[in-house]
Amino acid sequence: MTNIIEVRELVKEFSGVKAVNGISFEVSRGEIFGFLGPNGAGKSTTMKILATLLKPTSGYAVLNGLDIRANPQGVRQSIGMVFQETTLDEKLTARENLMFHGLLYNIPGKALRERMTKVLGMVELTERQDSLVRTFSGGMKRRLEIARGLIHYPKVLFLDEPTVGLDPQTRSHIWEYIHELRKQEGLTIFLTTHYMDEAENCDRIAIIDHGQIVALDTPAGLKAQVGGDLIRMVVKDKHRIKELLQKEFSLSAREFAEELQLETGKGEEFIPVLISKLPGQIQAISLHKPTLDDVFLKLTGREIREEVVNSKWLAKGRRWRK
Amino acid sequence: MTRELKAIYVIWLRDVLRFFREKPRIIGMIGQPLLYLLIMGNGLSATLRLHGAPPGFSYLEFMYPGIIGMSVLFTSVYSAISIVWDREFGFLKEVLVAPVPRWAVAVGKAVGGSTISMLQATILLMIGPFLGIKLTAVTVLSLWCVLFIIAFSLTSLGIIIASRMESMEGFQMIMNFLVMPLFFLSGAMFPLRGVQPWMESLMRIDPLTYGVDAIRNIFFAQSPYREIMVQFSLATDLLVISGMALVFIFLAAYSFSHAK
Repeated sequence: MTNIIEVRELVKEFSGVKAVNGISFEVSRGEIFGFLGPNGAGKSTTMKILATLLKPTSGYAVLNGLDIRANPQGVRQSIGMVFQETTLDEKLTARENLMFHGLLYNIPGKALRERMTKVLGMVELTERQDSLVRTFSGGMKRRLEIARGLIHYPKVLFLDEPTVGLDPQTRSHIWEYIHELRKQEGLTIFLTTHYMDEAENCDRIAIIDHGQIVALDTPAGLKAQVGGDLIRMVVKDKHRIKELLQKEFSLSAREFAEELQLETGKGEEFIPVLISKLPGQIQAISLHKPTLDDVFLKLTGREIREEVVNSKWLAKGRRWRK
Repeated sequence: MTRELKAIYVIWLRDVLRFFREKPRIIGMIGQPLLYLLIMGNGLSATLRLHGAPPGFSYLEFMYPGIIGMSVLFTSVYSAISIVWDREFGFLKEVLVAPVPRWAVAVGKAVGGSTISMLQATILLMIGPFLGIKLTAVTVLSLWCVLFIIAFSLTSLGIIIASRMESMEGFQMIMNFLVMPLFFLSGAMFPLRGVQPWMESLMRIDPLTYGVDAIRNIFFAQSPYREIMVQFSLATDLLVISGMALVFIFLAAYSFSHAK
């Protein structure tokens, strides 16, 4: 058996609304598998179903050979879970948090003490093991949670938005751990994210939107779907330029809000040609090598919406507060 | 079974550890019943005389077991609020995703809350002699058993409510509407005899009445005033509180298992 997770036609309804709408996929042993999509796409819901925290409305899923409905206890023993929000007890020390977890997962005392020392070392928290978690920074808490999720030797580690709210340095640090873990322990990692750059770390990515998987491939495979380079430009008269592009270069441009977008082969060579053909018409122009952002845009017709909206709102909020 | 026992132990240990790390809770735990006892008890005994009591009988002696019952009631029921906290601060998810049955978590919580109630009751028992209340080792031991049954059932009651509550405010509201009547009708402050019939029937269906009565039965077992202190036989009291403990812990385990 090479597939550690198999999901068939999973559906989850919340009072008539399908948060997960017929999802099927497999994850093979030792893989880093990512769910990419905007907030509310159904990523966390799917993960909660696999972790037996929610019961599916229909469909079935098998994890480590165990049916999630028939044997939830067995499934829980085989998984480690790191939630989006911290689930540590902040009034206990790092060590106590690990110890309680170990007891809940029925790890014998001696083995537990050894593993605690090992995981604390791995996430570089040995020196702070007897401090109350309340005194930890966001990054330290996340590291401790990953350590805790590993202490019972799970077969699959679930990470729900593992690096949300962390600074870039901590983010890349956490990714180092994840890769290290896979190499050392042969662990399968299943994560959700709405960061495109983070998804690049995965072996395979399922792009999920409105409760459905719209694409599933390696990052390179997904990017190949977009085709060539993408040129985005802001012009004075979108319609006229669009027609012109069609006539002169037989390129069909797409309109997105303020801008025109077109796909071409070698973008860096094509831009000078464009500019000389349309003197005085182009107000701004940029070249994009295909990224997962573009894949998402192409598949769904929009950007990962929350990211765009949120950052604007946040910026506003910050200004107001000062 | 070991897995379940371990789970109960962990949940219990966490609650107790956390309790000892919060100094204000410890102070409140001792301070609140002392206030009731010293201020209300003394105030009331200055103006009130117990129905049918001989001269020279102190109202404080009547109140003392009631105050112990009150402390156990408040502490037990409110200790279940930790479930609401844990839901709000996320730790509950860590427990729910662990490979342990939910009922074991509920039982662990019930034992944890009861332990803290018992600590408080023990402190109150130690104060007793200073108020002129004589306690023998047998009294203290039997009281412990009875108090544990009461604490266990009341913590379970708190868990039933907390399992359904999403917010602290909601929990506080329900508690005030439930805990205060339970307390006032329990006979902790005044005896069942001589009140209006409608109130007497309410007092008879308040399970805590039997808890407070059991405490008095033990307290005044050898006292010449026993007859005016207690309402029921100790056997009746024990039957009711044990039944209450069983029913409530089952309901608590059920509610917690089916909580969203």
